[in-house]
Amino acid sequence: MSGELHGVIVAPGERLDQRVETRAPYVVEVNGVKVATTVGMVSQREGKSVFIPLKGVYVPEPGHIIIGLVESIGVSSWGVDIGSPYQATLSAQDFLGRPFNPAVDDLSRFLRVGDYVRAKVVAFDKTRSPLLSVQGEGLGRIISGVIVEVSPAKIPRVIGKKRSMVEALEAKTGCSVFPAVNGRVHIDCPSRELEVIAVLAVKLIDREAHRVGLTEKVIRFIEDERKARGV
Amino acid sequence: MSITPFKMPVIPIIKKQAYLSLYEKGLREDGRRLDKPRNIEVKVGVLEKAEGSALVKLGNTQVLVGVKAEVGQPFKDTPDQGVLVVHAESVPLASPIFEPGPPDENAIELARVVDRSLREVKAVDLESLVIRAGEKVWNLWVDIYVLDHDGNLFDASMLAAMAALETTTLRDYEELETGEIVVKRESPGAKLKVNHKVVTVTTAKIGNYIIVDPNFEEEIIADYRLVLAFDENMRIVGAQKTGSGGMTLKDFKTALKTSKEVAQIYFKALEQALTSGSTQWAEQK
Amino acid sequence: MGGKPKTMLIGEDGLRHDGRKPDEMRPIKMQVGVLANASGSAIVEYGRTRVLAAVYGPREPHQRFMVLPDRAILRVRYHMAPFSTSERKSPAPSRREIELSKVIREALEDVVLLSEYPRTAIDVYLEVLQADGGTRVAGVTAASLALADAGVPMKALVAGVAVGKVGGILVLDVDELEDSKGEADMPVAAAPDIGLVTMFQLNGVLSEDELERGLSMALTAIENIVSMEKEALKRKFEAIGEEV
Repeated sequence: MSGELHGVIVAPGERLDQRVETRAPYVVEVNGVKVATTVGMVSQREGKSVFIPLKGVYVPEPGHIIIGLVESIGVSSWGVDIGSPYQATLSAQDFLGRPFNPAVDDLSRFLRVGDYVRAKVVAFDKTRSPLLSVQGEGLGRIISGVIVEVSPAKIPRVIGKKRSMVEALEAKTGCSVFPAVNGRVHIDCPSRELEVIAVLAVKLIDREAHRVGLTEKVIRFIEDERKARGV
Repeated sequence: MSITPFKMPVIPIIKKQAYLSLYEKGLREDGRRLDKPRNIEVKVGVLEKAEGSALVKLGNTQVLVGVKAEVGQPFKDTPDQGVLVVHAESVPLASPIFEPGPPDENAIELARVVDRSLREVKAVDLESLVIRAGEKVWNLWVDIYVLDHDGNLFDASMLAAMAALETTTLRDYEELETGEIVVKRESPGAKLKVNHKVVTVTTAKIGNYIIVDPNFEEEIIADYRLVLAFDENMRIVGAQKTGSGGMTLKDFKTALKTSKEVAQIYFKALEQALTSGSTQWAEQK
Repeated sequence: MGGKPKTMLIGEDGLRHDGRKPDEMRPIKMQVGVLANASGSAIVEYGRTRVLAAVYGPREPHQRFMVLPDRAILRVRYHMAPFSTSERKSPAPSRREIELSKVIREALEDVVLLSEYPRTAIDVYLEVLQADGGTRVAGVTAASLALADAGVPMKALVAGVAVGKVGGILVLDVDELEDSKGEADMPVAAAPDIGLVTMFQLNGVLSEDELERGLSMALTAIENIVSMEKEALKRKFEAIGEEV
């Protein structure tokens, strides 16, 4: 048994309810008519028509908490892939929280290429690279667990209404689950077996985000897997 | 790989606005109307070593075409036809946007549009180019040389190619006992057989306007250009939309109507050049 | 091939050499999300013509100078596989492929919301796996699907079809035989939702009336193909979960 759809799937170029709620660039006005620009789902929520993209490109915004992958090390900053068209920059001064001297400090001692960081986007306007900061609670180098990549458009579903999905995931697997808005989910588990199950559960959400009854399905999936694997 | 142009010269915004407000009055920067081409100058026989040649000026745009005829082999699938090859070079002296090197996509597109417009209507009688079927035929090389680029290379190149082909002669030759063909380079030769005359007319969509024969700046600010090829019977013998913008059916019909009128002007200029060796056409103001 | 009878292309029953009516398309198949690595992908078949499309990006190009400050650039490569044709095609890009890459890029630029991603590049790679006429227009259809599959925002979907003239009759969706032996081949692409023709070429000879009739024949067919595109895109998501 599989859930029915949450709403109606629409394709690019299709007309939408003129009062539809969404954000740019998923709906644009062409010749005075609102049309979808990506594949998405229109559902009715409290009498309102809402468009949710099913696929999309992550574009950073100041305030976003993201998970980045260190790709390069410069003289005074790191180049960080944030799963977006734009590579982000994390300055050494910000990371160290103190003035930085390139003659004394070797950046690769703090963050290496291949390290993940949880960081906050502090500036971005499409004309310059996004600027990151790790000053804040819970930010900084990720030292344990795994990262699962999902479509950024599906992150709201991984979180769930009022965090219901994340809480279900955490309660049923015993892992800590952090879905970052840029499509990366950090999972930290007490054991490898539970980690495998949590990863599969997140991938299930990514695949079936547009279906009804997903939370129950995910819970059942985790319970079945735990039984089958004896954990 | 084809890439969105990212090095094009910047046209000042106020200049585009100035163009648009002139169009609204039915005028262009140089005083002509939206549906009129620039001054046309066609000269034929401008080169001695080429078997056919023409120089065309369309406003400030200058295109030189030389036709070389060489004895060669036919293609395997067309043993009873000569070979026609159209090639275009954007030589760096013609524009700051041209760089040395092999032809880019614009030069290739130019050559291929001219080629198709000639080939599909069989403008050149390729059967008459056979020397010995399946073995020896004339290969006609039509080389388009852009000397000065101020827009509308399609129309200027097509006019020059047509004028050059119309004045092309195939030299006399001797067939040796070995079967070898020896061309007598200095002989008067015989006129190339041309079945149809072809011109292209380019219109451009800028703002809400369709203008004919765009200059370089107009090409840069245009959404797209439409190139339509006509033969002397006003059949459409080729077409190409070039540029990134989309075209409405209404604009297509407007462009087709304007292009037919301008084709007559081009044909007249071509005709005069062929009877008197050169011609100059300018709009009567 | 002037002079030779063309009866083989249009039979006495008014049908084409493969039994199609003049305004009939070949069977069309399309599927999205067929490649794992690409941001978006699609495979499209018009009869025996088969084109695979992959989209990468938007992404910052390796050559950082190759960008525009206010929009993304589109990079399109149309390429024929060596085994796609009767005689092996050299894999080196031909002049034809260079021109077609350009006209396909221009057929897409007006519908993709490039201004959303300044300083980036969106790459569209097309591989013709089998060529039996209409490869560029099937390529536009595949590219449009792959862009939508990649989540690149678009004002409208685009599709293409070629109208030809054989034995004096206008025919829809020409195959290779009709293209090589016919009197005209007119590849057209359009975005019917916004009423724009985005690719328009003519190789051959047509009267003004034929040109206009051929164009409207193509546009009617393109509306249908775009509907199929929408179905194919929705199908991908509707199918997910049902087999579980």
